[in-house]
Amino acid sequence: MLVLVEQSLNGLQFGLLLFLLAAGLTLVFGIMDFVNLAHGSLYMMGAYFAATFVAWTGSFVFGIVLALGATLLLGIVLEYVALRHLYGRDHLDQVLATFGLILFFNDAVRLIWGPAGLALPLPAWLTVPVQIMPGVSYPAYRLSIIAVALAVAAMLYVVVMRTRIGMLIRAGASNREMIGALGINIKLLFTLVFGLGAALAGLAGLMQAPILTVQIGMGENILILAFVIIVIGGIGSIRGAFLAAIFVGMIDTLGRAFLPDLLRKVLSSAAASTAAPALSSMLIYLLMAIVLVVRPEGLFPAAKR
Amino acid sequence: MNFSFNARNVVVALVVLGLSLLPVYSALSGNIFILTLFTRIVIFALAAASLNLIMGYGGMMSFGHAAYLGIGGYAVGILAFEGIGSGFIQWPVAVAASALYGLVIGALSLRTRGVYFIMITLAFAQMAFYIASGLSRYGGDDGLTIYKRSDFGGLINLSNRVQFYYLCLGCLFGGIYLIWRIVNSRFGMVVQGIRSNEQRMQAIGYHANRYRLVCFVISGMICGLAGALLANNTDFISPAGMYWTRSGELMVMVVFGGMGSLFGPVIGTIVFLLLEEVLSQFTEYWALIMGPLLLLIVLFARGGIMGLLGRMSRD
Amino acid sequence: MIDSLADPLLRVENLVRRFGGILATDNLSLDVAPGELHAIIGPNGAGKTTLISQLTGQVMPNSGAIHFAGRNVTHLPSYKRSRLGLARSFQITSLLPDFSACDNVALAAQAHDGHSFRFWGAARKEPGLRNAAQAALKRVGLEKRADVPVSELSHGEQRELELAVALATKPQLLLLDEPMAGLGVTESARMVALLKELRREVTIVLVEHDMEAVFALADRITVLVYGRVIASGLPDAIRNNDEVKRAYLGDQHAVTSHA
Ligand SMILES: Nc1ncnc2c1ncn2[C@@H]1O[C@H](COP(=O)(O)OP(=O)(O)OP(=O)(O)O)[C@@H](O)[C@H]1O
Ligand SMILES: [Mg+2]
Repeated sequence: MLVLVEQSLNGLQFGLLLFLLAAGLTLVFGIMDFVNLAHGSLYMMGAYFAATFVAWTGSFVFGIVLALGATLLLGIVLEYVALRHLYGRDHLDQVLATFGLILFFNDAVRLIWGPAGLALPLPAWLTVPVQIMPGVSYPAYRLSIIAVALAVAAMLYVVVMRTRIGMLIRAGASNREMIGALGINIKLLFTLVFGLGAALAGLAGLMQAPILTVQIGMGENILILAFVIIVIGGIGSIRGAFLAAIFVGMIDTLGRAFLPDLLRKVLSSAAASTAAPALSSMLIYLLMAIVLVVRPEGLFPAAKR
Repeated sequence: MNFSFNARNVVVALVVLGLSLLPVYSALSGNIFILTLFTRIVIFALAAASLNLIMGYGGMMSFGHAAYLGIGGYAVGILAFEGIGSGFIQWPVAVAASALYGLVIGALSLRTRGVYFIMITLAFAQMAFYIASGLSRYGGDDGLTIYKRSDFGGLINLSNRVQFYYLCLGCLFGGIYLIWRIVNSRFGMVVQGIRSNEQRMQAIGYHANRYRLVCFVISGMICGLAGALLANNTDFISPAGMYWTRSGELMVMVVFGGMGSLFGPVIGTIVFLLLEEVLSQFTEYWALIMGPLLLLIVLFARGGIMGLLGRMSRD
Repeated sequence: MIDSLADPLLRVENLVRRFGGILATDNLSLDVAPGELHAIIGPNGAGKTTLISQLTGQVMPNSGAIHFAGRNVTHLPSYKRSRLGLARSFQITSLLPDFSACDNVALAAQAHDGHSFRFWGAARKEPGLRNAAQAALKRVGLEKRADVPVSELSHGEQRELELAVALATKPQLLLLDEPMAGLGVTESARMVALLKELRREVTIVLVEHDMEAVFALADRITVLVYGRVIASGLPDAIRNNDEVKRAYLGDQHAVTSHA
């Protein structure tokens, strides 16, 4: 029971991180019709920036704020220098170009920070366990990830549902002409949205950094998970991304935690320990396959265009 | 086929000739390294050619083709590990397993289009990667050493560098010939028609996805064969060989050379892998150059090398 | 397949199709007798294209039924309907732009031939397919343009090719969505002459804004407004129908300016 609560919280926390990543992707895709593989690189850069700035400044909070700003800036520069020339090109071009960026970022990080990973140590006040239920305590840091991510999700919801920019975002890529007709500076809007997406990715990366090691390629696996989430949630839909992210985070975490035990009950222990790791990493892909069979357009597709 | 002397055909002829005579050069110059390098290039060219069948002719942008390299490779590796060394068993199993994977993944992925298709093929290939990592009996993450190359009786000796090279080259030319026949067949015309205008093809009576799926499976089978070759070449198989960046590299090779041109992927592969080789001689951080180069090529050189040569010969 | 002459070739019953709040097809019923040329007219946005698309399966109705040659085809996908003998042309030209005119038609002939899982022989060298394609091209007067890529054909030629593609599937019922759209005067006249010949061989449903052409060709006319049939009958009856005049023909300006 205790384990279940703890693992569920872990799942929620992981799901929320995934949401931050997927939200940026789906926003950028929804409004600019742009697939950005390098989104995972921004996640990685967020983590590296955080590890660096925290070490430089000696302050966790200050370092993290700096890192967030740096990722935002990096996103904006990236958009300005390279990516804006890819809007309107086919998705294959976008995929290849941003694939090139991944190669670039991975090697740039290797050059600057070296091939070994970095650690981002937590300050003492974030490592204390917090009593969340009688007899159940949970690391303060993970709780704060949940809190921050939920706050960001709420903010995003307000921005998308209640503001003018949000309306434009919801209007979506198919109505780009309309946005132009409204006299909005599209280029600026795109840059802003891209920067926002970058910052979200960076935030996810830097929050994850103290839990895992900061290393090259850390953004790639999680990027693919973000894709799975977008497929499950329905492309361009923030709400879908949120629900699917929580769902995927939970299934993945709980699957890894409990599937081996469950399998051991049915199979011989040798067979179970062989099958469990593969099966638990397959779970979310199986989920995706089921969604594809049942609802190819995703569970919560954005309003039909 | 009527052969005309335009830049494109001349380059293709030179490439075919060069690849065919490479072992001779290697023997004369004593440069063994170049033979090793080109064995790898030829194998990847086969994989890229198979991807070109669905990307260039079928319009299906699969970002998961490395999975077949892994499946074909693991078929060889696992069978060898279990004591079945005959290539007459290993290779058909490699191709059949690839076909099965292609059938299942294709049937699922083809329910969607466009970006979704890209993401989904990518995700499923990643699943295959994790499955391979979970195969603890076969080395898990660390992979599996293949102690004996596929055995084809006395027919051919895969441990002989030159024989193995020519086997790979034969597979490549055979694969391209097969693709050429397919592309010009009734089936190939339908597949290309669907790429061009799916609605029109449905309206005149074609069940588009059925043709797409068959094409997807054929492509996977050819790539599975490339996987079997690759495993024999490296004497080793590991999940890293089917990591998603490998799929991306295959796409790059196809696009470098020119999508939808028969020899484009061969030329693209040669250019990509040679570039990688040359750059990595200069610096350990070759991707610092390759990455932006890729971006520039996408931005400024559409149609790849074959497209460029085509334009040259038209002017 | 057709039981008797009295049975319609196509029977549409209470068809409904909504797009969001718009009723594009409003409880529409329609019969097309074998051998007739049945024109469907109506102002822009009346739901003519939507109707054709439901008949050939590009768009699925929300409710209602479609019977073709005695078979309920309401839920059949478009490729199956095509094999039953339903062929259409598109209002907005829909061809294979990177293929030659001949390839476009040959693919249609191949679909009708029904053997497309052949992986080896060169399709372009099959005399059967080439001849069928040439015959269809000749029907529409494009035989000299066979090897020209579609993207290099003129608009008028593309319209003719649309028709050739439909013909190459050897349809029982030909659904033509504004074949004259965007054609010049001489091209239109050629198309009318062509349709006059075709109507002797195949049943035709013709959607057209060119009233002269419609009244010159049609055996019967159905008038659609806002997705509903407001009148259906012989050309003379339609010409003199008050409601039609009010809703549609009265607005002469709109009619002629569109053609
Ligand atoms: N895919 C769609 N999504 C939303 N609305 C549609 C769609 N297709 C058609 N409509 C709407 O349905 C109505 C009927 O359209 P349709 O194209 O069938 O008219 P039409 O009679 O062919 O017009 P025209 O003479 O201009 O070709 C129109 O109001 C149109 O906007
Ligand atoms: Mg219309």
